[in-house]
Amino acid sequence: MSRVRLLAGTKKGAFILTSDGTRKKWEVNGPLFGGWEMYHLKGSPADPNRLYASQTSSWFGQIIQRSDDGGKTWYQPGTPPGEPTTTPDGMPKGESNKFVYDTSATSGQPLTTHQWYDGTQHPWEFKRVWHLEPSLSDPDTVFAGVEDAALFRSTNGGQTWHELAGLRGAKGQLWQPGAGGMCLHTIMLDSKNPQRIFIAISAAGVFRTDDAGKTWRPVNRGLKSQYELPDSDAEVGHCVHRIAMHPAKPNVLFMQKHWDVMRSDDAGESWHEISGNLPTDFGFPIHVHAHEPETVYVIPIKSDSEHYVPEGKLRVYRSRTGGNEWEALTNGLPQHDCYVNILRDAMAVDSLDPCGIYFGTTGGQVYGSADAGDHWVPIVRDLPAVLSVEVQVIP
Amino acid sequence: MIRVVLPAHLKTLARVNGEVILEIEGPVTQRTILDALEERYPMLRGTVRDHVTLKRRAFVRFFACEQDLSHESSDTLVPESVASGAEPFLIIGAMAGG
Repeated sequence: MSRVRLLAGTKKGAFILTSDGTRKKWEVNGPLFGGWEMYHLKGSPADPNRLYASQTSSWFGQIIQRSDDGGKTWYQPGTPPGEPTTTPDGMPKGESNKFVYDTSATSGQPLTTHQWYDGTQHPWEFKRVWHLEPSLSDPDTVFAGVEDAALFRSTNGGQTWHELAGLRGAKGQLWQPGAGGMCLHTIMLDSKNPQRIFIAISAAGVFRTDDAGKTWRPVNRGLKSQYELPDSDAEVGHCVHRIAMHPAKPNVLFMQKHWDVMRSDDAGESWHEISGNLPTDFGFPIHVHAHEPETVYVIPIKSDSEHYVPEGKLRVYRSRTGGNEWEALTNGLPQHDCYVNILRDAMAVDSLDPCGIYFGTTGGQVYGSADAGDHWVPIVRDLPAVLSVEVQVIP
Repeated sequence: MIRVVLPAHLKTLARVNGEVILEIEGPVTQRTILDALEERYPMLRGTVRDHVTLKRRAFVRFFACEQDLSHESSDTLVPESVASGAEPFLIIGAMAGG
């Protein structure tokens, strides 16, 4: 029987939750890297035992961790090319922590400033890695979305990182930080077209490359940000919280924007609203069912200042029509006195049948449903605030 | 012999217990101490000072001999008692609500 492995990043360490394919009984391992902010952990689709993790701290900066045995052991993979991977004493070297913006004249037009909260220009400053996206086919290739927003790639298993600087050439001077910082938080690889990648940034919008990351353009037509931008349908500047796709339909994209749930049927060329009957269209995560490309999940949050669920009720909303018609999923979730948030990377779906859905809260709960959202159980209740949840199905 | 005390998180990263002992030839300054520390424990590169600018990270401070040396020039000689190994050089995570 398949096994299921959840990778949960929290404000104070990482946790690995494992179960068999019934997804009824879970073992909790952790904390790993206790005390550090674990923004994101993700496994390689090409090698499920290859895991990457972003370990970060306001004090001590950015650390990249890697596991080659499914999370049993971890190490920092970095070392300069051609050099031994360890010091003479056997210690791993540390270049994997180095994220330096490309300022070379040969790689496009690296910019030196972006827009600050008050509209003035501000220099790019690396802060942390928000999201790690391993290649669909090569365990040693992995992308990193960082704050201040940029995209980095490693092709040597995380040992060294190089910026895909053409992205910042896509009107980077107009990008601005959202409340959580100016983060590149979503990286989606097109399984049918290896040249195509989508990324999303708060607050800049969605960008697409069709040449494997060399050149990029904004794909935000149809987004409206009436209360966030002076020009509500500007080409860039929108606070996109998360985007999602089904791998079998890579031209169909779903978006949870700051306000509004949106859909594109043409790979981002145009977007239209599908918020429909949601109680509020503010929120962070959005995901697509593993086997039903028109089944979409969101978790509405009351507002952009009240970052908790409406009416004290934790409700996942599911649309089986690709949007507009939404049903509340509440069975097993708290329906009174609940005031948690669910962050943008804290939701995941597994590939089993029935499809499993998981999400983590700022209150430290990780909930799971083994039947596509009809019934929920708390897998663990009292972790630190959950920043991210990913899931792997292990054959 | 230079004695360096790391904050708990960096001890974990470097996989050390207790003080770190470094041998430095020539002038003992913050720069030569950190150079030797990163040479010995490369996984600490970027955690105490920036990879490129080599500036101290904002929430890291350097104490020794009951003094705050954080704002000293990185090329200023450290106190003789640190250079002789009588006193440790302390790398501290700043008190910042953590």
